[in-house]
Amino acid sequence: MPRSKLLLEAVSFAVLVALVWIAPHHVSDFHARELASVGVYFIALLGLAILTGYSGQISLGNGAFMAVGGYTTAILSVDHGVRDVWTIPIAGVVAGIAGLLVGIPAVRLSGVYLALVTFGIAVAFPQLLKKYTHFTGGTTGKILTLPKAELGVHTTPNRWLYYLSWAIALVLLVAAWALVRGKAGRTMQAVRDSEVAAVSSGINVALVKTLAFGISAFYAGIAGALYAMSVFYVNPDTFPILLSIWLLVGLAAGGVGSLAGLIGGAALVYYLQNHADAVARWGNHLPGLSLDPKQPGIPSIIFGAVLIIVMLALPAGVGGLMRRVLRPLTSRLYSRS
Amino acid sequence: MIVVAFTWAEFAEQVAAGLASGAVYASLALALVLIFRTTGAINFAQGEMATFTTFIAWSLMNHGLGFWAAFPIVLVIAFVGGIGIERTLMRPFERGPVVSAAIVTLGLALVLNGLMSVIWGGADRTFNGGFSTRTVKIAGAHISIQYIGMVAVLFVLVALLAVFFRFTKVGLALRAASLNPDSSRLVGIRVGWMFALGWGLAAVVGAIAGLMIAPIESLGPDMMQVILLYAFAAAVLGGLDSPVGAVVGGLLLGLVITLLGRYVGYVGQTLKLPVALLLILALLVVRPGGLFGRVAARRV
Repeated sequence: MPRSKLLLEAVSFAVLVALVWIAPHHVSDFHARELASVGVYFIALLGLAILTGYSGQISLGNGAFMAVGGYTTAILSVDHGVRDVWTIPIAGVVAGIAGLLVGIPAVRLSGVYLALVTFGIAVAFPQLLKKYTHFTGGTTGKILTLPKAELGVHTTPNRWLYYLSWAIALVLLVAAWALVRGKAGRTMQAVRDSEVAAVSSGINVALVKTLAFGISAFYAGIAGALYAMSVFYVNPDTFPILLSIWLLVGLAAGGVGSLAGLIGGAALVYYLQNHADAVARWGNHLPGLSLDPKQPGIPSIIFGAVLIIVMLALPAGVGGLMRRVLRPLTSRLYSRS
Repeated sequence: MIVVAFTWAEFAEQVAAGLASGAVYASLALALVLIFRTTGAINFAQGEMATFTTFIAWSLMNHGLGFWAAFPIVLVIAFVGGIGIERTLMRPFERGPVVSAAIVTLGLALVLNGLMSVIWGGADRTFNGGFSTRTVKIAGAHISIQYIGMVAVLFVLVALLAVFFRFTKVGLALRAASLNPDSSRLVGIRVGWMFALGWGLAAVVGAIAGLMIAPIESLGPDMMQVILLYAFAAAVLGGLDSPVGAVVGGLLLGLVITLLGRYVGYVGQTLKLPVALLLILALLVVRPGGLFGRVAARRV
């Protein structure tokens, strides 16, 4: 790729790292915790982007992989006394294996069928968690220890969660970027765009598709582990069916094809779920509208309306918007291939 | 692990119950297939649309109308509503990626669910259906008249739709528009309005499903959420582009889930759905298009 584009991406990344580093000093402790959750969603979305965006396999089941990661962390730290930070990579690996297992039969499915089967997995998984109570604590779930700053870092638990989540997020972002820019990324895109052509070029389509599932699940597992740590409680409702759908919404809103745009998608999904009241207050400024955000049903109406408006206004997601906005700059630096 | 006490009479009753719930899954699955076949998108709002029209029926019945008097009125409202939604909300997404359209239907589902809570309140309420709740004794088993009615309604519905698609000009136009929109435009078919018609019909079918299930499950804003999941499973099982598949898939799924839940102790109530989905997954690995679907040949 052109040197100037590489330079531009490196600079943007540096800017991002700087923003992530200084943000906690300028926001309240609570907001640091919220931004940590945005980071968690971002990690899960990175995984989903690799699976759905780059290898073309629609998955409505990544919430289940997050649950695998979250429960792994819970079981390891509660039942076996492993320090929570070390459970994170293990959770990722366990979820990754689950992803590979799902990916194997998924090779035969495509399009809507795959979407609905993965959706079925998201639906069935909480039931499995409820059934195997010996392992998972059933509907009561497990309570984790409160997060405390570790590894020699001294700060509040919320800021610790923030730094942990975002440090991991940035590392995983670079990993995803490297994967996608290189040969692996082009292979995945070839499989996405035309399986038949990919096969005739000698690509092992089944392997690529299965690995994509595994990688995506690995990311989701890490996100799930961090999420479990941040709410320090897991039960079947911690990772509900709707979570998988929100992830897909985050991907669409973030824009396929832009990894950094996914931060926007993650922010949208997080704030929409948790700040319906803010949107309602904002909406009340419009003439003729008077919404009481406490009335049951109003939050749903607000989510739904915002979702529809976002889809109408940003068909290419936040990433597409960013590309359009930055086009005057980037077109001068390099020509689009 | 396996079977509990078994009597033929109870078996017959379980079969009837399974077919009746299967009839509801089949109806909703049929609605999903209608929209998928015409527009290629998945309608996540199908369940909420059905519940909404059922609430309208409830309001009408509260004002003194009988079930069978309210029935046609609600179907007309559903039809108009379905067309309206497609023409306003879905129109910008007709030509874009299917995921965006699906997310818009998700937003619609949320809005409808919220509206129902706001207009009618979130509490569950009883709904008096059109069929008597008495049972009829057939060969020693007590079969509920309501179950028989539900399956009968399904068959009448399927027959009417089959006649519509095969023997009317509009039905032909609808089939043409979904098969090949561009060529259809060339022969003068208003493809956009055909899509709207598909949505209208799906809304009607969904409304019927809602009216059938409401007497059994109490009527509340979340009534159709689990049923929609089963309907998706049934549609996938039967093949997403096959109306026959939706019906067969729905009935089969209802039967299998009811019998598994009752007779296989290990499965019980908690594992009913996961086991059913596992079976469907196994089927799809062998037949990727579902029982009756066709997997399109892919061009390079």
